[in-house]
Amino acid sequence: MKQSALPANRPWSRRPLVQIVLSRAREFYREPEAVFWVYGFPLLMVVALGIAFRNQPERPIAVDVVASAQGEVAQTALENNQRFQVRVADLAACRERLRLGKTDLVVISAAGEAQRYDYWFDPGRPESALARSAVDDALQRAAGRTDPVPTGDQQMTDPGGRYIDFLVPGLLGMSLMGGGLWGVGFVTVDMRIRKLLKRLLATPMRKSDFLAGIMLSRLLFMIPEVLVLLVFARLAFGVRNQGHTLSLLVLVLLGAFSFSGLGLLVASRAKTLEAVSGLMNLVMLPMWVLSGIFFSPERFPAAAQPFIRALPLTQLIDATRAVMLEGASLAAQAGNVVALAAWGLISFLLALKLFRWN
Amino acid sequence: MFAIRATNLKKQYEGRPPVEAVRGLDLAVEVGECFGLLGPNGAGKTTTIEILEGLLTATSGDVEILGLRWGRDDQAIRERIGISLQETKLAEKLTVRETLELFRSFYAQGIEPAAAMQQVSLEEKQNTWVAKLSGGQRQRLAVACALVGDPELLFLDEPTTGLDPQSRRQLWDIIRDFGRQGRTVLLTTHYMDEAERLCNRVAIVNAGQVIALGTPRELIASLGGEQVIEFSLQRTDAHAVPAETFAGLPAVQAARQEAHHYSLSVSEAHVTLPALLATLEAHGLAMANLTTRHASLEDVFVHLTGRHINEEAAS
Repeated sequence: MKQSALPANRPWSRRPLVQIVLSRAREFYREPEAVFWVYGFPLLMVVALGIAFRNQPERPIAVDVVASAQGEVAQTALENNQRFQVRVADLAACRERLRLGKTDLVVISAAGEAQRYDYWFDPGRPESALARSAVDDALQRAAGRTDPVPTGDQQMTDPGGRYIDFLVPGLLGMSLMGGGLWGVGFVTVDMRIRKLLKRLLATPMRKSDFLAGIMLSRLLFMIPEVLVLLVFARLAFGVRNQGHTLSLLVLVLLGAFSFSGLGLLVASRAKTLEAVSGLMNLVMLPMWVLSGIFFSPERFPAAAQPFIRALPLTQLIDATRAVMLEGASLAAQAGNVVALAAWGLISFLLALKLFRWN
Repeated sequence: MFAIRATNLKKQYEGRPPVEAVRGLDLAVEVGECFGLLGPNGAGKTTTIEILEGLLTATSGDVEILGLRWGRDDQAIRERIGISLQETKLAEKLTVRETLELFRSFYAQGIEPAAAMQQVSLEEKQNTWVAKLSGGQRQRLAVACALVGDPELLFLDEPTTGLDPQSRRQLWDIIRDFGRQGRTVLLTTHYMDEAERLCNRVAIVNAGQVIALGTPRELIASLGGEQVIEFSLQRTDAHAVPAETFAGLPAVQAARQEAHHYSLSVSEAHVTLPALLATLEAHGLAMANLTTRHASLEDVFVHLTGRHINEEAAS
């Protein structure tokens, strides 16, 4: 009887894991569209966001002045300052523009002997509140106020502290999540639909070899993807990794591992592409919203924090930001690192147990 | 020594109402045989073969493959069998060679991918993507994937369905070559000629049971008549003439009628024919056409079930 154990002298090219990874890699790079979406899309994202959040000259403050005799004084005072973009209109039109967010502030000059200004603004909009104090400042000075203490401004735009620096680790995490889940999930369900999984089940191939092969190939595709993103962010925006390169590499691999494991789990039972797409979105949506891709998750209520911290994307982005922005060591991020690894491992083992081959 | 033994195999699919795909099927395939499961679509052939391949679990019954059992010796059985499913779409963007290298890696022992390619005559296509292969070439590749593990027992589920005649003959040659090495083949088919030419023994399956078993020759002989006379009457005449009219003619074993077509199983056509012509003339009936041929497994199936095996063949 033949032995199912591997003979020790089996060449590397005859090992099932190697062949599965090789096959996946060949199928992947022979599909130019897939390659574009995997590598081109995150790049487009960085470019678009980089342009949107580049350090641009301050946006002018839109101020509406309600037309009146005294209003002209305010208008003249504000128009002398480049920071303001002034419009004059009647009260109703000004209010409407404020309501629609077309102006940041409405200035009403009280009729009567004593000069007086009333400000209408929306306290919920930061730029509106900002406009209120800036306009008040300008009008007070125009009316003759003198500041008792001289002040000077220094602008902080060093690499590491900008929004783009904050954003790149977020995008890195997002693309690892998307790539891991979609890449693994779609391929697996597609193979199930084509009955290729059933065919493989009829061979002596070990199931764990197959699942590990799918995960490992995804890990390999991730490396260039992440590299492209990081190199571009560095060249175009000067985003640097303040921490150890090795720490970053470990986090990237761990993230890819964790999310491709999750991808296997999500795809372990689904029989159609529609079903798996729905499940993917269900799994990814909370992380998109809560895990801090674009802003810090600390903005969410304290009660939600334990849940948010438990999400693998939060752990990945948190740890990556700590390394890239603060130069933290992996040991300092041990909690996130262990949790992330656990997500991957548990998902893999569950997938192995639940996996539907037929 | 049996390569396959199945006893009282039953398979019921959940559902409302539950579907009984296999209802007490017995099978004993000897080592070195090419054995055919022949039956119409929906007869339970695929369910049966997939239970034997270990891809489905039977609701009840006993299965032994090469003396081993599913659930206990799975890995050992899989090392020793090769299968081709009714429908597998292999990875489109791998070449023939790459596909075979992949499958070869799953087996502890097997033949070189090059040898498998040679057995199915795909050497020239070794660097061609699966996507670019014809239907026949894909099917040959599927068989090569089964051969690359050097199996003792080959399962083929409808290996030639949907193929052109030339591709079918190529596959038959591959299967025959495999059989010549003293190895066992179990195949399902709904093609009569395939079963007749390829199989040492055939089990005719209908509604989840074996309704006839034997060599193709034995089965045909069981009809009593090895020849068939087929003729048609004018449409208008046929209503008045039941098939029994011809059942008593000399050397006729059985007579059947479908609309204005008649089919007689006869042992000696040259004895029946003059009597048939005389009878028609006596009734004042005109024949629209007449053919005689050797009886086939199709006739066996029609005899046993009263139906044709393929919808296409009946129309």
